[in-house]
Amino acid sequence: MSIVTVQLGQCGNQIGFEVFDALFSDSHCPQGLCSKRENEAYQASCKERFFSEEENGVPIARAVLVDMEPKVINQTLSKAAHSGRWKYGQHSCFCQKQGSGNNWAYGYSVHGPRHEESIMNLIQKEVEKCDSLNGFLIIMSMAGGTGSGLGAFVTQNLQDRYSNSLKMNQIIWPYGTGEVIVQNYNSILTLSHLYRSSDALLIHENDAVHKICAKLMNIKQISFRDINQVLAHQLGSVFQPTYSGEGSFHYRRNPLGDLMENLVPHPEFKMLGVRNIPQMSENSLAYSTFTWAGLLKHLRQMLISNAKMEEGAFKDPALYTSWLEPVHAFSVWKTQRAFSKYEKSAALVSNSQFLVKPLDMIVGKAWNMFASKAYIHQYTKFGIEEEDFLDSFTLLEQVIASYCNLGF
Amino acid sequence: MEEGVVNEILQGPLRDVFDSKQLITDISGSGNNWAVGHKVFGSLYQEQILEKLRKSAEHCDCLQCFFVIHSMGGGTGSGLGTFLLKVLEDEFPEVYRFVTSVYPSGEDDVITSPYNSMLAMKELNEHADCVLPIDNQSLFDIISKIDLMVNSGKLGTAIKPKSLVTSSAGAFKKRQEKPFDAMNNIVANLLLNLTSSARFEGSLNMDLNEISMNLVPFPQLHYLVSSLTPLYTLADVNIPSRRLDQMFSDAFSKDHQLIQADPKHSLYLACALMVRGNVQISDLRRNIERLKPSLRFVSWNQEGWKTSLCSVPPVGHSHSLLALANNTCVKPTFIELRERFTRLYKKRAHLHHYLQIEGMEESCFTEAMSSLSALIQEYNQLDATKSMPAEDLPRLRVAV
Repeated sequence: MSIVTVQLGQCGNQIGFEVFDALFSDSHCPQGLCSKRENEAYQASCKERFFSEEENGVPIARAVLVDMEPKVINQTLSKAAHSGRWKYGQHSCFCQKQGSGNNWAYGYSVHGPRHEESIMNLIQKEVEKCDSLNGFLIIMSMAGGTGSGLGAFVTQNLQDRYSNSLKMNQIIWPYGTGEVIVQNYNSILTLSHLYRSSDALLIHENDAVHKICAKLMNIKQISFRDINQVLAHQLGSVFQPTYSGEGSFHYRRNPLGDLMENLVPHPEFKMLGVRNIPQMSENSLAYSTFTWAGLLKHLRQMLISNAKMEEGAFKDPALYTSWLEPVHAFSVWKTQRAFSKYEKSAALVSNSQFLVKPLDMIVGKAWNMFASKAYIHQYTKFGIEEEDFLDSFTLLEQVIASYCNLGF
Repeated sequence: MEEGVVNEILQGPLRDVFDSKQLITDISGSGNNWAVGHKVFGSLYQEQILEKLRKSAEHCDCLQCFFVIHSMGGGTGSGLGTFLLKVLEDEFPEVYRFVTSVYPSGEDDVITSPYNSMLAMKELNEHADCVLPIDNQSLFDIISKIDLMVNSGKLGTAIKPKSLVTSSAGAFKKRQEKPFDAMNNIVANLLLNLTSSARFEGSLNMDLNEISMNLVPFPQLHYLVSSLTPLYTLADVNIPSRRLDQMFSDAFSKDHQLIQADPKHSLYLACALMVRGNVQISDLRRNIERLKPSLRFVSWNQEGWKTSLCSVPPVGHSHSLLALANNTCVKPTFIELRERFTRLYKKRAHLHHYLQIEGMEESCFTEAMSSLSALIQEYNQLDATKSMPAEDLPRLRVAV
């Protein structure tokens, strides 16, 4: 089954490119460490999910690119075409000239309705190319105007038009010390709207990824490209094919559905995070060896610091909330085939309390700003009123409270 | 409203850049009288102005913003310039109006400049989206500093003759006679850097509408203090990090601001950093972390930073930084303007030149004065919060 990716805004498009590049590089990586037949099955499965075939044999990414200003899309399209290995569809992008001005209201209330038909038509065309549609992966940031506002609008539309398909939103959580001054407003408006229309929110924090680049990969002058590549690596490790069951040798056909089934047991809890190990610079790769025990220990340690290490530690009921049995809460997906030149690697996707603190901080800062009414006129200008803000605050306080109460 | 300057441009090296049909000139000038510029020439040329604007706008696929460039102290720039603002607002309400205004300095040779500036301020308050105030004294100080560095051969560097920091080729020697060229060049660089992220690619783009969105928390508080660094070219292309960090530090010093202002000792409402060249997000973040403790931000915007990264540096440099600050340090400029105005107005000096123009009454002056006073009061209120601890409003509580 295939996944259609919608890339929105500068962030979404920059990351989307790195994701497809990582997926392609991995599936064509010569060091698969498995049999030829295995490798071919892996490649075929990856291709079906993310690429469609073109006449000259150059795969085309199953993606729709949307941005309200042309520079990033042009860059992304040409980078892909120049690589010669894969590319984006020539007519898969929608572009305007004036941008969204970092204004959620402009992205949602102006661009959304104005360009609804064009964008949804593009998506429909991409969907028609799939033999069977698994669902949508929407890549966007929360801090800007297009990714956040138009992204929320598009997700809502997808829910209306493709109610049987799944939607996972890949959201970029901005740096705590701003990139955009009104990022907290844009974030709460995005999160509250997505909570109603998306099936799962897979969240990546810029601060966390930045730390990975600095500490684990030893990059001295970290650029957005470095950050996006780490992100793409993490996403790749989640979305590349894995076997559909214990002891089976068929690749799973419903990745999004399986993810949701395991990770989103209740609609109140939709926020997911990814941790992936090992993560190191390419130079160190050649000199490292790994054991599974070591990796899993490390992962669990990352999940809850300070806990005691044991084998099979993920089956510990203390990790999970009382209304879920460990056997339902924890599942393992495997594949023989190595990922992206790492001899062994493991990724952990979790729905846990780890995002409560960052969410609380964003809500707090947005609330303070809202209390002083700063910048509100920029939103009311385009139809987002104070009540809309209050609704968002209420929904998110509810989410925070629910997550906090999981311990009881 | 007089022909000399426009004719000079039309005969100069850039004559082909300007469309000769898009010009409006008159003969006599405005006599340094805001009322003549605003009321007389305004009504006289309104139709022509509108027609030419519409023609220009038609050529645009997507019109985002108008730049109005003028001075506050004279008659045409100040009077007709602000009249234009109103026209733009009525005719193109959705297009942003960015105004670069040159404020009169202390030793200003136009006697009526306080009147002109005060009357223009009211218009800027009401009809501009964003104002970048500049004053000649600051520009002159900056030019003097560059001269000093060049002449003393500091750091073993030399300003490349073709660098955009100095004026156009050949004017290097002429600087003593005609400082205005060099000073204007700085303002030109300001506008260049402002639009660089919209014109060139980068890993974190910023459009002009984002400037207004992020830096104007309340509609009346739209005055942004600007600073440009570096002010000299470095011959060495591989800039070690120390020099890069120095660029960031300089942007906040009062010597680099384009008006007489000291942002470090006043209150920030918001700050934008537009970086060009080979600078990455980690450099940006490192410097923000480093400089943050020495700056005071308003309580509801403690992390009020807007940043952008453009990959293409300006000609002759390897990187550059433009900082725009919405900061209460503009207040002294306005207070001084009010004082100079009051001194003249109390004596009713030169007032008759204005009042004899049709449409002008004393109420124009008093209204302008209260508009400016209200603005100063807003800044005062914000400054008063500087020393108070931030009081957080209690959050919403929900039932689980």
